[in-house]
Amino acid sequence: MCGIVGLHLREPALYPRLGDLLTTMLGQVVERGPDSAGVAVYGDPRMTPPGSAAVSVLSAAVPARRVTALVGARLGTTAGVYDAGETLVVHAPTSVEVLTQAVREVLPDALVIGSGYDLAVLKGIGHPDVLAGEFGLRQAQGWQGVAHTRMATESAVTSAGSHPFSVGADQCLVHNGSFANHATIRRGLRAQGVTFDSENDSEVGARFVARQLAEGADLEKALRLLCERFDGFYTLLVSTSEEFAIVRDAIACKPALVAETPQWVAMASEYRALAGLPGIEGARIIEPEPEEVYVWKR
Amino acid sequence: MEALIDSVQVDLAETEVRDLNSALHSPGSKAWRVANPLGKHSIACGLDAPLTVDIDGHVGYYCAGMNQHASVTVHGNAGVGVAENMMSGTVRVHGNASQSAGATGHGGLLVIEGDASARCGISMKGIDIVVGGSIGHMSAFMGQAGRLVVCGDAGDALGDSLYEARIYVRGTVTSLGADCVEKPLRPEHLAELADLLAAAGFDHDPAEFRRYGSARQLYHFRVDNAY
Repeated sequence: MCGIVGLHLREPALYPRLGDLLTTMLGQVVERGPDSAGVAVYGDPRMTPPGSAAVSVLSAAVPARRVTALVGARLGTTAGVYDAGETLVVHAPTSVEVLTQAVREVLPDALVIGSGYDLAVLKGIGHPDVLAGEFGLRQAQGWQGVAHTRMATESAVTSAGSHPFSVGADQCLVHNGSFANHATIRRGLRAQGVTFDSENDSEVGARFVARQLAEGADLEKALRLLCERFDGFYTLLVSTSEEFAIVRDAIACKPALVAETPQWVAMASEYRALAGLPGIEGARIIEPEPEEVYVWKR
Repeated sequence: MEALIDSVQVDLAETEVRDLNSALHSPGSKAWRVANPLGKHSIACGLDAPLTVDIDGHVGYYCAGMNQHASVTVHGNAGVGVAENMMSGTVRVHGNASQSAGATGHGGLLVIEGDASARCGISMKGIDIVVGGSIGHMSAFMGQAGRLVVCGDAGDALGDSLYEARIYVRGTVTSLGADCVEKPLRPEHLAELADLLAAAGFDHDPAEFRRYGSARQLYHFRVDNAY
Protein backbone atom coordinates (compact mmCIF):
# COMPACT_ATOMS: atom_id res chain seq x y z
CA MET A 1 0.00 0.00 0.00
CA CYS A 2 0.92 3.61 -0.53
CA GLY A 3 -1.18 6.73 -0.81
CA ILE A 4 -1.19 9.16 -3.69
CA VAL A 5 -2.91 12.50 -4.01
CA GLY A 6 -2.46 15.07 -6.74
CA LEU A 7 -4.10 18.33 -7.67
CA HIS A 8 -3.84 20.13 -11.00
CA LEU A 9 -5.50 23.52 -10.77
CA ARG A 10 -7.10 25.14 -13.78
CA GLU A 11 -8.60 28.12 -11.97
CA PRO A 12 -5.91 30.69 -11.03
CA ALA A 13 -8.10 31.96 -8.18
CA LEU A 14 -7.39 28.63 -6.46
CA TYR A 15 -3.57 28.87 -6.76
CA PRO A 16 -3.19 30.48 -3.31
CA ARG A 17 -5.10 27.51 -1.82
CA LEU A 18 -3.01 24.74 -3.42
CA GLY A 19 -1.10 23.84 -0.27
CA ASP A 20 -4.16 24.02 1.94
CA LEU A 21 -6.14 21.70 -0.33
CA LEU A 22 -3.20 19.34 -0.83
CA THR A 23 -2.51 19.09 2.91
CA THR A 24 -6.12 18.08 3.56
CA MET A 25 -5.90 15.49 0.79
CA LEU A 26 -2.63 14.13 2.19
CA GLY A 27 -4.19 13.77 5.63
CA GLN A 28 -6.75 11.34 4.20
CA VAL A 29 -4.18 8.87 2.88
CA VAL A 30 -1.94 8.70 5.96
CA GLU A 31 -3.08 5.15 6.82
CA ARG A 32 -1.98 3.99 3.40
CA GLY A 33 1.63 4.89 4.13
CA PRO A 34 2.48 6.17 7.58
CA ASP A 35 6.27 5.63 7.46
CA SER A 36 7.35 8.51 5.26
CA ALA A 37 6.05 11.06 2.82
CA GLY A 38 6.98 13.51 0.16
CA VAL A 39 5.42 16.27 -1.85
CA ALA A 40 6.04 18.12 -5.08
CA VAL A 41 4.82 21.67 -5.51
CA TYR A 42 4.74 23.50 -8.82
CA GLY A 43 4.79 27.28 -8.78
CA ASP A 44 5.25 28.30 -5.14
CA PRO A 45 6.99 31.71 -5.11
CA ARG A 46 8.73 30.99 -1.79
CA MET A 47 10.29 27.75 -2.99
CA THR A 48 10.69 28.50 -6.69
CA PRO A 49 10.66 32.27 -7.26
CA PRO A 50 9.76 33.24 -10.83
CA GLY A 51 12.87 33.71 -12.95
CA SER A 52 14.96 31.39 -10.79
CA ALA A 53 16.01 27.79 -11.01
CA ALA A 54 15.51 25.61 -7.95
CA VAL A 55 17.26 22.49 -6.71
CA SER A 56 15.84 20.43 -3.86
CA VAL A 57 18.35 18.54 -1.69
CA LEU A 58 18.27 16.11 1.21
CA SER A 59 20.82 15.76 3.99
CA ALA A 60 22.72 18.95 3.24
CA ALA A 61 24.29 18.80 6.74
CA VAL A 62 24.90 22.53 6.42
CA PRO A 63 22.60 25.22 7.87
CA ALA A 64 20.31 26.92 5.36
CA ARG A 65 21.93 30.33 5.85
CA ARG A 66 25.36 28.88 5.12
CA VAL A 67 24.01 27.14 1.99
CA THR A 68 22.67 30.49 0.78
CA ALA A 69 26.07 32.09 1.22
CA LEU A 70 28.02 29.22 -0.33
CA VAL A 71 25.82 28.89 -3.42
CA GLY A 72 25.62 32.68 -3.84
CA ALA A 73 29.38 32.99 -3.66
CA ARG A 74 29.89 30.13 -6.10
CA LEU A 75 27.50 31.65 -8.64
CA GLY A 76 28.36 35.29 -7.99
CA THR A 77 24.69 36.09 -7.54
CA THR A 78 22.06 36.14 -4.80
CA ALA A 79 20.82 32.69 -3.90
CA GLY A 80 18.00 31.76 -1.56
CA VAL A 81 17.04 28.68 0.42
CA TYR A 82 13.62 27.39 1.46
CA ASP A 83 14.20 25.45 4.67
CA ALA A 84 11.82 22.48 5.00
CA GLY A 85 13.42 20.34 7.69
CA GLU A 86 15.51 17.60 6.16
CA THR A 87 14.92 19.09 2.71
CA LEU A 88 16.36 22.37 1.49
CA VAL A 89 15.19 24.02 -1.73
CA VAL A 90 18.00 26.16 -3.13
CA HIS A 91 17.08 28.78 -5.71
CA ALA A 92 19.00 31.32 -7.74
CA PRO A 93 18.47 33.35 -10.92
CA THR A 94 20.38 31.04 -13.24
CA SER A 95 19.81 27.87 -15.23
CA VAL A 96 18.91 24.53 -13.66
CA GLU A 97 22.13 23.02 -15.00
CA VAL A 98 24.35 25.74 -13.53
CA LEU A 99 22.56 25.73 -10.18
CA THR A 100 22.61 21.93 -9.94
CA GLN A 101 26.35 21.90 -10.60
CA ALA A 102 26.95 24.63 -8.00
CA VAL A 103 24.86 22.81 -5.39
CA ARG A 104 26.70 19.55 -6.01
CA GLU A 105 30.03 21.35 -5.56
CA VAL A 106 29.23 23.19 -2.35
CA LEU A 107 27.17 20.33 -0.85
CA PRO A 108 29.02 17.20 -1.99
CA ASP A 109 27.31 14.97 0.58
CA ALA A 110 23.77 16.13 -0.15
CA LEU A 111 21.36 14.21 -2.37
CA VAL A 112 19.65 16.14 -5.15
CA ILE A 113 15.99 15.07 -5.09
CA GLY A 114 14.52 17.47 -7.60
CA SER A 115 15.25 20.38 -9.88
CA GLY A 116 13.50 22.73 -12.25
CA TYR A 117 12.16 26.21 -12.71
CA ASP A 118 8.75 25.52 -11.17
CA LEU A 119 9.21 22.38 -9.08
CA ALA A 120 10.13 21.95 -5.42
CA VAL A 121 10.38 18.43 -3.96
CA LEU A 122 10.17 17.93 -0.19
CA LYS A 123 10.69 14.57 1.53
CA GLY A 124 11.07 13.11 4.97
CA ILE A 125 10.55 10.19 7.33
CA GLY A 126 7.77 10.17 9.86
CA HIS A 127 4.08 10.84 10.13
CA PRO A 128 2.85 12.59 6.99
CA ASP A 129 0.85 15.15 8.97
CA VAL A 130 3.97 16.14 10.92
CA LEU A 131 6.01 16.29 7.73
CA ALA A 132 3.39 18.51 6.08
CA GLY A 133 3.98 20.92 8.95
CA GLU A 134 7.77 20.80 8.47
CA PHE A 135 7.31 21.40 4.76
CA GLY A 136 5.06 24.42 5.36
CA LEU A 137 2.74 22.69 2.93
CA ARG A 138 -0.49 24.32 4.04
CA GLN A 139 0.87 27.74 3.07
CA ALA A 140 2.12 26.59 -0.34
CA GLN A 141 0.80 28.18 -3.48
CA GLY A 142 0.97 27.13 -7.10
CA TRP A 143 -0.89 25.44 -9.90
CA GLN A 144 -0.04 21.83 -9.26
CA GLY A 145 0.91 19.59 -6.38
CA VAL A 146 1.50 15.92 -5.70
CA ALA A 147 1.85 14.14 -2.37
CA HIS A 148 2.71 10.56 -1.50
CA THR A 149 2.57 8.51 1.68
CA ARG A 150 4.79 5.47 1.60
CA MET A 151 4.41 2.01 3.06
CA ALA A 152 7.83 0.62 2.17
CA THR A 153 7.86 -2.91 0.78
CA GLU A 154 10.96 -3.48 -1.31
CA SER A 155 13.59 -1.08 0.06
CA ALA A 156 14.37 0.72 3.29
CA VAL A 157 12.40 3.51 4.95
CA THR A 158 14.63 6.46 4.22
CA SER A 159 14.02 10.01 3.11
CA ALA A 160 15.82 9.20 -0.14
CA GLY A 161 13.47 6.27 -0.68
CA SER A 162 10.41 8.47 -0.18
CA HIS A 163 8.49 9.59 -3.19
CA PRO A 164 8.24 11.68 -5.35
CA PHE A 165 11.13 10.76 -7.61
CA SER A 166 12.18 13.73 -9.65
CA VAL A 167 15.08 12.91 -11.94
CA GLY A 168 14.53 15.34 -14.81
CA ALA A 169 13.93 19.07 -14.65
CA ASP A 170 10.37 19.77 -13.48
CA GLN A 171 9.50 16.07 -13.70
CA CYS A 172 7.95 14.13 -10.85
CA LEU A 173 6.74 10.55 -10.41
CA VAL A 174 4.91 8.87 -7.54
CA HIS A 175 4.07 5.18 -7.43
CA ASN A 176 1.69 2.91 -5.58
CA GLY A 177 2.66 -0.71 -6.15
CA SER A 178 5.83 -2.63 -6.84
CA PHE A 179 7.72 -3.26 -10.04
CA ALA A 180 8.74 -6.89 -10.50
CA ASN A 181 11.49 -6.44 -13.10
CA HIS A 182 13.05 -3.20 -11.88
CA ALA A 183 16.48 -4.79 -11.37
CA THR A 184 16.63 -5.88 -15.00
CA ILE A 185 15.56 -2.47 -16.27
CA ARG A 186 17.98 -0.73 -13.88
CA ARG A 187 20.87 -2.79 -15.27
CA GLY A 188 19.87 -1.83 -18.79
CA LEU A 189 19.67 1.86 -17.94
CA ARG A 190 23.00 1.74 -16.08
CA ALA A 191 24.59 0.20 -19.16
CA GLN A 192 23.37 3.27 -21.05
CA GLY A 193 25.05 5.55 -18.53
CA VAL A 194 22.08 6.39 -16.31
CA THR A 195 23.01 6.78 -12.63
CA PHE A 196 20.76 5.95 -9.69
CA ASP A 197 20.42 7.44 -6.21
CA SER A 198 18.68 4.53 -4.47
CA GLU A 199 17.73 0.87 -4.74
CA ASN A 200 14.08 1.86 -4.89
CA ASP A 201 12.00 0.26 -7.66
CA SER A 202 10.03 3.45 -8.25
CA GLU A 203 13.22 5.38 -9.03
CA VAL A 204 13.71 3.00 -11.96
CA GLY A 205 10.31 4.05 -13.27
CA ALA A 206 11.22 7.72 -12.94
CA ARG A 207 14.62 7.20 -14.65
CA PHE A 208 12.94 5.25 -17.44
CA VAL A 209 10.37 8.00 -18.06
CA ALA A 210 13.05 10.71 -17.92
CA ARG A 211 15.14 8.76 -20.42
CA GLN A 212 12.21 8.46 -22.84
CA LEU A 213 11.41 12.17 -22.52
CA ALA A 214 15.06 13.07 -23.10
CA GLU A 215 15.04 10.97 -26.25
CA GLY A 216 12.06 12.88 -27.62
CA ALA A 217 8.99 10.95 -26.53
CA ASP A 218 6.08 12.95 -25.18
CA LEU A 219 4.74 11.98 -21.76
CA GLU A 220 1.94 9.83 -23.15
CA LYS A 221 4.37 7.87 -25.31
CA ALA A 222 6.84 7.51 -22.43
CA LEU A 223 4.13 6.00 -20.22
CA ARG A 224 3.00 3.64 -22.97
CA LEU A 225 6.58 2.42 -23.26
CA LEU A 226 6.69 2.00 -19.48
CA CYS A 227 3.61 -0.25 -19.71
CA GLU A 228 5.41 -2.38 -22.29
CA ARG A 229 8.64 -2.75 -20.33
CA PHE A 230 7.59 -2.90 -16.68
CA ASP A 231 6.01 -5.89 -14.97
CA GLY A 232 4.31 -5.63 -11.62
CA PHE A 233 1.71 -3.51 -9.94
CA TYR A 234 1.54 0.20 -10.41
CA THR A 235 -0.65 3.19 -10.26
CA LEU A 236 1.56 6.10 -11.31
CA LEU A 237 0.98 9.82 -11.17
CA VAL A 238 3.56 11.56 -13.34
CA SER A 239 3.81 15.31 -13.74
CA THR A 240 5.80 17.99 -15.51
CA SER A 241 5.37 21.74 -15.27
CA GLU A 242 2.77 21.45 -18.03
CA GLU A 243 1.25 18.00 -17.60
CA PHE A 244 -0.47 15.76 -15.09
CA ALA A 245 -0.66 12.09 -16.14
CA ILE A 246 -1.89 8.79 -14.74
CA VAL A 247 -1.32 5.19 -15.78
CA ARG A 248 -2.19 1.85 -14.15
CA ASP A 249 -0.99 -1.68 -14.85
CA ALA A 250 -3.12 -4.29 -16.60
CA ILE A 251 -4.44 -5.81 -13.37
CA ALA A 252 -5.21 -2.39 -11.88
CA CYS A 253 -5.48 -3.56 -8.29
CA LYS A 254 -3.75 -0.45 -6.95
CA PRO A 255 -6.57 2.05 -6.56
CA ALA A 256 -7.00 5.34 -8.35
CA LEU A 257 -9.79 7.84 -8.71
CA VAL A 258 -9.87 11.00 -10.76
CA ALA A 259 -12.27 13.85 -10.19
CA GLU A 260 -12.54 16.65 -12.69
CA THR A 261 -14.28 20.02 -12.69
CA PRO A 262 -13.72 23.12 -14.83
CA GLN A 263 -11.61 24.47 -11.93
CA TRP A 264 -9.32 21.48 -11.31
CA VAL A 265 -8.33 17.87 -11.94
CA ALA A 266 -7.56 15.78 -8.88
CA MET A 267 -6.32 12.24 -8.43
CA ALA A 268 -6.27 10.17 -5.26
CA SER A 269 -5.95 6.59 -4.09
CA GLU A 270 -9.27 6.88 -2.32
CA TYR A 271 -12.35 9.07 -2.63
CA ARG A 272 -12.09 10.35 0.93
CA ALA A 273 -9.04 12.37 -0.12
CA LEU A 274 -11.16 14.15 -2.72
CA ALA A 275 -14.20 14.70 -0.51
CA GLY A 276 -13.01 18.09 0.80
CA LEU A 277 -12.27 19.70 -2.56
CA PRO A 278 -14.37 22.74 -3.51
CA GLY A 279 -17.05 21.76 -6.01
CA ILE A 280 -16.58 18.00 -5.56
CA GLU A 281 -20.37 17.60 -5.55
CA GLY A 282 -20.45 18.46 -9.25
CA ALA A 283 -17.21 16.74 -10.27
CA ARG A 284 -17.00 14.05 -12.91
CA ILE A 285 -15.48 11.07 -11.13
CA ILE A 286 -13.80 8.22 -12.99
CA GLU A 287 -11.65 5.25 -12.19
CA PRO A 288 -8.77 5.13 -14.70
CA GLU A 289 -8.85 2.07 -16.96
CA PRO A 290 -5.92 -0.37 -16.91
CA GLU A 291 -3.02 0.39 -19.28
CA GLU A 292 -4.68 3.55 -20.52
CA VAL A 293 -2.62 6.73 -20.31
CA TYR A 294 -4.46 9.83 -19.10
CA VAL A 295 -2.82 13.21 -19.61
CA TRP A 296 -4.14 16.63 -18.65
CA LYS A 297 -2.30 19.72 -19.90
CA ARG A 298 -2.23 23.30 -18.69
CA MET B 1 -37.53 7.63 1.59
CA GLU B 2 -40.67 6.02 2.97
CA ALA B 3 -38.96 5.57 6.31
CA LEU B 4 -37.73 9.14 6.46
CA ILE B 5 -40.17 10.30 9.10
CA ASP B 6 -39.11 7.96 11.88
CA SER B 7 -35.59 7.10 10.75
CA VAL B 8 -32.61 7.78 12.97
CA GLN B 9 -30.32 10.41 11.44
CA VAL B 10 -26.56 10.03 11.82
CA ASP B 11 -24.10 12.62 10.55
CA LEU B 12 -20.65 11.12 9.91
CA ALA B 13 -19.15 14.59 9.93
CA GLU B 14 -19.80 14.46 13.69
CA THR B 15 -20.07 10.74 14.51
CA GLU B 16 -17.34 8.11 14.14
CA VAL B 17 -18.05 5.20 11.79
CA ARG B 18 -17.29 2.82 14.65
CA ASP B 19 -20.03 4.42 16.75
CA LEU B 20 -22.50 4.25 13.87
CA ASN B 21 -21.74 0.58 13.29
CA SER B 22 -22.05 -0.20 17.00
CA ALA B 23 -25.47 1.42 17.03
CA LEU B 24 -26.51 -0.52 13.93
CA HIS B 25 -25.42 -3.77 15.59
CA SER B 26 -27.90 -3.30 18.46
CA PRO B 27 -30.46 -1.04 16.86
CA GLY B 28 -33.44 0.49 18.58
CA SER B 29 -34.83 1.66 15.27
CA LYS B 30 -35.50 -0.17 12.00
CA ALA B 31 -34.68 2.79 9.78
CA TRP B 32 -31.48 4.80 9.58
CA ARG B 33 -30.27 7.64 7.44
CA VAL B 34 -26.57 8.52 7.25
CA ALA B 35 -25.30 11.92 6.12
CA ASN B 36 -21.79 12.98 5.07
CA PRO B 37 -20.18 9.57 4.47
CA LEU B 38 -17.31 11.49 2.78
CA GLY B 39 -15.79 8.31 1.38
CA LYS B 40 -15.20 6.77 4.80
CA HIS B 41 -14.54 3.04 4.98
CA SER B 42 -16.59 0.20 6.48
CA ILE B 43 -19.85 2.10 6.81
CA ALA B 44 -22.78 -0.15 7.83
CA CYS B 45 -20.64 -3.29 8.03
CA GLY B 46 -21.64 -6.48 9.77
CA LEU B 47 -25.36 -5.74 10.06
CA ASP B 48 -27.46 -8.68 11.23
CA ALA B 49 -31.05 -7.41 11.40
CA PRO B 50 -33.78 -6.37 8.94
CA LEU B 51 -32.91 -2.67 8.98
CA THR B 52 -33.04 -0.12 6.23
CA VAL B 53 -29.99 2.13 6.03
CA ASP B 54 -29.86 5.01 3.55
CA ILE B 55 -26.48 6.64 3.03
CA ASP B 56 -26.52 10.04 1.34
CA GLY B 57 -23.23 10.44 -0.52
CA HIS B 58 -20.17 8.50 -1.65
CA VAL B 59 -18.83 5.72 0.57
CA GLY B 60 -15.32 4.26 0.86
CA TYR B 61 -14.19 0.65 1.11
CA TYR B 62 -16.24 -2.37 2.22
CA CYS B 63 -19.55 -0.57 2.71
CA ALA B 64 -22.25 -3.01 3.90
CA GLY B 65 -19.69 -5.81 4.09
CA MET B 66 -20.86 -9.09 5.62
CA ASN B 67 -24.44 -7.85 5.48
CA GLN B 68 -27.19 -10.13 6.77
CA HIS B 69 -30.91 -9.27 6.48
CA ALA B 70 -30.44 -5.50 6.18
CA SER B 71 -31.30 -3.32 3.22
CA VAL B 72 -28.54 -0.77 2.62
CA THR B 73 -28.82 1.92 -0.06
CA VAL B 74 -25.93 4.13 -1.12
CA HIS B 75 -27.14 7.35 -2.72
CA GLY B 76 -23.78 7.91 -4.38
CA ASN B 77 -20.74 5.87 -5.46
CA ALA B 78 -19.17 3.01 -3.54
CA GLY B 79 -15.46 2.27 -3.09
CA VAL B 80 -13.66 -1.05 -3.16
CA GLY B 81 -15.52 -4.16 -2.00
CA VAL B 82 -19.05 -2.92 -1.50
CA ALA B 83 -21.18 -5.70 0.06
CA GLU B 84 -18.15 -7.98 0.21
CA ASN B 85 -19.00 -11.33 1.77
CA MET B 86 -22.69 -10.44 2.00
CA MET B 87 -24.80 -13.29 3.39
CA SER B 88 -28.35 -12.02 2.81
CA GLY B 89 -30.35 -8.83 2.47
CA THR B 90 -30.08 -6.18 -0.22
CA VAL B 91 -27.45 -3.59 -1.03
CA ARG B 92 -28.20 -1.00 -3.68
CA VAL B 93 -25.73 1.55 -5.09
CA HIS B 94 -27.32 4.36 -7.08
CA GLY B 95 -23.99 5.44 -8.57
CA ASN B 96 -20.92 3.46 -9.62
CA ALA B 97 -18.96 0.88 -7.65
CA SER B 98 -15.21 0.39 -7.55
CA GLN B 99 -13.41 -2.92 -7.82
CA SER B 100 -14.36 -6.20 -6.13
CA ALA B 101 -18.03 -5.33 -5.65
CA GLY B 102 -19.83 -8.22 -3.97
CA ALA B 103 -16.58 -10.17 -3.58
CA THR B 104 -17.02 -13.61 -1.97
CA GLY B 105 -20.72 -12.91 -1.30
CA HIS B 106 -22.70 -15.93 -0.12
CA GLY B 107 -26.23 -14.61 -0.59
CA GLY B 108 -28.52 -11.62 -0.89
CA LEU B 109 -28.89 -9.17 -3.74
CA LEU B 110 -26.41 -6.44 -4.74
CA VAL B 111 -27.70 -3.89 -7.24
CA ILE B 112 -25.34 -1.37 -8.81
CA GLU B 113 -27.30 1.05 -10.94
CA GLY B 114 -24.21 2.53 -12.59
CA ASP B 115 -20.99 0.77 -13.59
CA ALA B 116 -18.86 -1.60 -11.53
CA SER B 117 -15.13 -1.75 -12.18
CA ALA B 118 -12.67 -4.66 -12.12
CA ARG B 119 -13.29 -7.99 -10.40
CA CYS B 120 -17.01 -7.48 -9.79
CA GLY B 121 -18.27 -10.64 -8.08
CA ILE B 122 -14.81 -12.16 -7.65
CA SER B 123 -15.12 -15.53 -5.90
CA MET B 124 -18.88 -15.08 -5.53
CA LYS B 125 -20.40 -17.92 -3.53
CA GLY B 126 -24.14 -17.51 -3.95
CA ILE B 127 -24.78 -13.77 -4.08
CA ASP B 128 -26.87 -12.28 -6.87
CA ILE B 129 -25.40 -9.16 -8.47
CA VAL B 130 -27.25 -6.99 -10.98
CA VAL B 131 -25.32 -4.16 -12.62
CA GLY B 132 -27.24 -1.54 -14.57
CA GLY B 133 -24.16 -0.38 -16.47
CA SER B 134 -20.95 -2.15 -17.42
CA ILE B 135 -18.35 -4.13 -15.47
CA GLY B 136 -14.56 -4.15 -15.60
CA HIS B 137 -12.00 -6.85 -16.24
CA MET B 138 -11.68 -10.19 -14.41
CA SER B 139 -15.25 -10.07 -13.15
CA ALA B 140 -16.70 -13.21 -11.53
CA PHE B 141 -13.18 -14.65 -11.34
CA MET B 142 -13.46 -18.08 -9.65
CA GLY B 143 -17.18 -17.52 -9.10
CA GLN B 144 -18.53 -20.56 -7.29
CA ALA B 145 -22.27 -19.92 -7.11
CA GLY B 146 -24.83 -17.17 -7.61
CA ARG B 147 -25.82 -15.05 -10.59
CA LEU B 148 -24.14 -12.00 -12.12
CA VAL B 149 -26.35 -9.93 -14.42
CA VAL B 150 -24.81 -7.12 -16.49
CA CYS B 151 -27.10 -4.80 -18.43
CA GLY B 152 -24.16 -3.12 -20.19
CA ASP B 153 -20.83 -4.56 -21.32
CA ALA B 154 -18.24 -6.78 -19.63
CA GLY B 155 -14.47 -6.21 -19.75
CA ASP B 156 -11.57 -8.60 -20.30
CA ALA B 157 -11.37 -12.13 -18.92
CA LEU B 158 -14.98 -12.47 -17.84
CA GLY B 159 -15.64 -15.53 -15.70
CA ASP B 160 -12.07 -16.81 -15.58
CA SER B 161 -11.79 -20.17 -13.74
CA LEU B 162 -15.50 -20.19 -13.04
CA TYR B 163 -17.19 -22.95 -11.05
CA GLU B 164 -21.00 -22.88 -10.95
CA ALA B 165 -21.84 -19.16 -10.96
CA ARG B 166 -24.05 -18.08 -13.88
CA ILE B 167 -23.38 -14.88 -15.81
CA TYR B 168 -25.78 -12.93 -18.01
CA VAL B 169 -24.56 -10.03 -20.16
CA ARG B 170 -26.76 -7.83 -22.32
CA GLY B 171 -23.98 -5.98 -24.16
CA THR B 172 -20.59 -7.01 -25.46
CA VAL B 173 -17.90 -9.04 -23.69
CA THR B 174 -14.34 -7.89 -24.41
CA SER B 175 -12.99 -11.38 -23.79
CA LEU B 176 -13.86 -14.51 -21.86
CA GLY B 177 -11.48 -15.83 -19.22
CA ALA B 178 -10.02 -19.31 -19.09
CA ASP B 179 -12.70 -22.03 -19.20
CA CYS B 180 -15.61 -19.56 -19.53
CA VAL B 181 -17.93 -20.19 -22.47
CA GLU B 182 -21.22 -18.93 -23.82
CA LYS B 183 -24.11 -21.25 -23.13
CA PRO B 184 -27.67 -21.43 -24.48
CA LEU B 185 -30.34 -19.31 -22.85
CA ARG B 186 -33.02 -21.86 -22.04
CA PRO B 187 -36.51 -21.08 -20.62
CA GLU B 188 -35.40 -21.63 -17.03
CA HIS B 189 -32.63 -19.06 -17.55
CA LEU B 190 -35.03 -16.54 -19.07
CA ALA B 191 -37.26 -17.06 -16.05
CA GLU B 192 -34.53 -16.56 -13.45
CA LEU B 193 -33.20 -13.56 -15.36
CA ALA B 194 -36.67 -11.99 -15.45
CA ASP B 195 -36.90 -12.49 -11.68
CA LEU B 196 -33.49 -10.95 -11.06
CA LEU B 197 -34.18 -7.93 -13.30
CA ALA B 198 -37.53 -7.39 -11.60
CA ALA B 199 -35.96 -7.64 -8.15
CA ALA B 200 -33.33 -5.11 -9.17
CA GLY B 201 -35.87 -2.76 -10.76
CA PHE B 202 -34.71 -2.97 -14.39
CA ASP B 203 -37.12 -3.53 -17.26
CA HIS B 204 -34.85 -5.01 -19.93
CA ASP B 205 -36.13 -7.94 -21.98
CA PRO B 206 -34.36 -11.09 -20.71
CA ALA B 207 -34.10 -12.31 -24.31
CA GLU B 208 -31.58 -9.52 -25.00
CA PHE B 209 -29.00 -11.19 -22.72
CA ARG B 210 -26.48 -13.94 -23.37
CA ARG B 211 -25.51 -16.53 -20.82
CA TYR B 212 -21.96 -17.52 -19.86
CA GLY B 213 -20.74 -20.29 -17.60
CA SER B 214 -17.97 -22.74 -16.89
CA ALA B 215 -16.94 -25.25 -19.55
CA ARG B 216 -15.68 -27.38 -16.63
CA GLN B 217 -12.48 -28.31 -18.44
CA LEU B 218 -9.90 -27.09 -15.93
CA TYR B 219 -7.76 -29.43 -13.85
CA HIS B 220 -9.96 -29.57 -10.78
CA PHE B 221 -13.03 -30.65 -12.79
CA ARG B 222 -11.38 -33.96 -13.78
CA VAL B 223 -12.27 -36.74 -11.46
CA ASP B 224 -8.84 -38.33 -11.96
CA ASN B 225 -7.37 -35.33 -10.17
CA ALA B 226 -9.57 -35.76 -7.10
CA TYR B 227 -7.97 -36.79 -3.85
